[in-house]
Amino acid sequence: MAFKQHSVLPGFNLALGYTLLYLSVIVLIPLAALFFKSAQMPLDAFWHTVTDPRLVASYKLTFGASLLAAVINLFGGLLLAWVLVRYPFPGKRFIDAMVDLPFALPTAVAGISLATIYAPNGWVGQLFAPWDIKIAFTRIGVVIALTFVTLPFVVRTVQPVLEDLEKELEEAAASLGATRGQVFRKVILPTLLPALLTGFALAFARAIGEYGSVIFIAGNMPFVSEITPLMIISKLEQYDYVGATSIAIVMLLVSFALLLVINGLQWWSAKRLGRRK
Amino acid sequence: MSIEIRNIAKRFGNFTALDHINLEVKTGELLALLGPSGCGKTTLLRIIAGLEAPDDGQILFHGEDTTEKHVRERNVGFVFQHYALFRHMTVFENVAFGLRVRPKETRPSDAEIKRKVHELLNLVQLDWLADRYPAQLSGGQRQRIALARALAVEPKVLLLDEPFGALDTKVRKELRRWLRRLHDEMHITSVFVTHDQEEALEVADRVVVMNKGKIEQLGSPSDVYDKPATPFVYQFLGDVNLFQSRVHEGWAHVGDARFAAPQGQTDQAVVYVRPHEIDVSREGGAGALSGVISHVRLLGATVRLEVDVAGQDAVEVELTRERYLQGDWKVAETVYLLPREARVYVPSAAEWTDGGGI
Repeated sequence: MAFKQHSVLPGFNLALGYTLLYLSVIVLIPLAALFFKSAQMPLDAFWHTVTDPRLVASYKLTFGASLLAAVINLFGGLLLAWVLVRYPFPGKRFIDAMVDLPFALPTAVAGISLATIYAPNGWVGQLFAPWDIKIAFTRIGVVIALTFVTLPFVVRTVQPVLEDLEKELEEAAASLGATRGQVFRKVILPTLLPALLTGFALAFARAIGEYGSVIFIAGNMPFVSEITPLMIISKLEQYDYVGATSIAIVMLLVSFALLLVINGLQWWSAKRLGRRK
Repeated sequence: MSIEIRNIAKRFGNFTALDHINLEVKTGELLALLGPSGCGKTTLLRIIAGLEAPDDGQILFHGEDTTEKHVRERNVGFVFQHYALFRHMTVFENVAFGLRVRPKETRPSDAEIKRKVHELLNLVQLDWLADRYPAQLSGGQRQRIALARALAVEPKVLLLDEPFGALDTKVRKELRRWLRRLHDEMHITSVFVTHDQEEALEVADRVVVMNKGKIEQLGSPSDVYDKPATPFVYQFLGDVNLFQSRVHEGWAHVGDARFAAPQGQTDQAVVYVRPHEIDVSREGGAGALSGVISHVRLLGATVRLEVDVAGQDAVEVELTRERYLQGDWKVAETVYLLPREARVYVPSAAEWTDGGGI
């Protein structure tokens, strides 16, 4: 094989073979099955199924709320990572550990607790009730649930990069006359950009697929707070397997396209940063 | 611009980094802060720059107290050991950084920035790298860019923190000569930190030898080398052999050899002899130390003999290659050592543990 390079570690063929097999069994075959299943349906019927107005409303909610949650976490996560890396304070390790909680928690547990707290008679919900603002069982609730479960992604991708950021870079910039704002904008932020994009992409992708934590707080009202994963479940409950896989394909394609765009952005920013030393 | 350092002190927890330092850097000179790691030289440089705040004392730039001024307002150029170039910017943008971050009123036009940056890149002889990123440059090139970047803001003072410390020997030698030439052209008041005595002696107008947060000696390179003020300076500026000895009637005795000793309170003394100031012969004589050669090390132009002398640590003798070949010295041979020059210190009790007792 022309691309096989000499290596001190043996087993290249075995490792490559295993990787391909693993990837096929775990990822490619189920995805192919998805297309295979929905291919039983004629194209116009497929189109009709996936453009059902109720479904379109759910796309808007799922992708819109996911995007909003990821953007919120882009800023919130950066802030959290910044505080965790830059400032010593009591209970820092505890807070650091807490960041992973939304990830480790069973999503149903997160969903129930969020629904309880944000319900009109819940701890937080009743604070907003006098102004007639409902959080649970609305789109706001969906965004909150998604923000909650995707919290760790930006924090955990930015944190190590921020830790490795040489203090000297900031000192050099300051000695050249840059203000604190300029140091942040021109020196720190560009260095963090690839990590921020990665965290954003991961959070976004996770939010699109999130089910357990959302359904409780969303209330699942058609055209208002139904998320797309729920539509798949409801199709399945009606034994409409082909319909369910059609929706799945739409989600798959959109997610894939988004990841492609974000990877492209990352590649571009990495190229701008030059090869890392 | 002159820099006056008045009574500067700095502690990190229990560690005294600087113990009330007083020093004046003259306008236009190139001053080296020389010392082993942990002696406080970098801390002093960072306090001059304003990157670190002193616990006590003042920094005066040209007679004006700048102790409280932020690094941004001090107008110093700072060069870091590990370059600290902005990775996401091209070489051009790195050098232009200091000009671009100026407030609108004083910021030069784009054309002016372009002219200035290319002028500086020409000065450091790297104009052809303007569009590259730092990651694509060699260490020596990066440090030259870092210097150009520091010079772009027309600093009144240039501060360099072990600027050649991360480079290999050959590039280091090249760059320090280049720095000296650059300084001769620009005459900008400069302070550089180094732990390499050769570098300090070769490049600097004056050398400050530091140890444990204090200044041991301040003087021209030939002063500190030829007239070391303390045993520490003597030991730090080159290799040296130590002989423990006792003073008797004004003479420090080492075996059969004796050296004139200054008057002190104790009779203990240390005799220092540089390896290249010892003659070797096969015949004993008055004042010679006998010993057995244990190792012969060939170091290119010079050869080092390691000689075991009874009652002393192994003595190193440095010979030119010619002398070594003439003598044809062999391991296990008994030889006689005759120091041509020696320094005798009779330390007071406090200094005994400090400089002499190693």
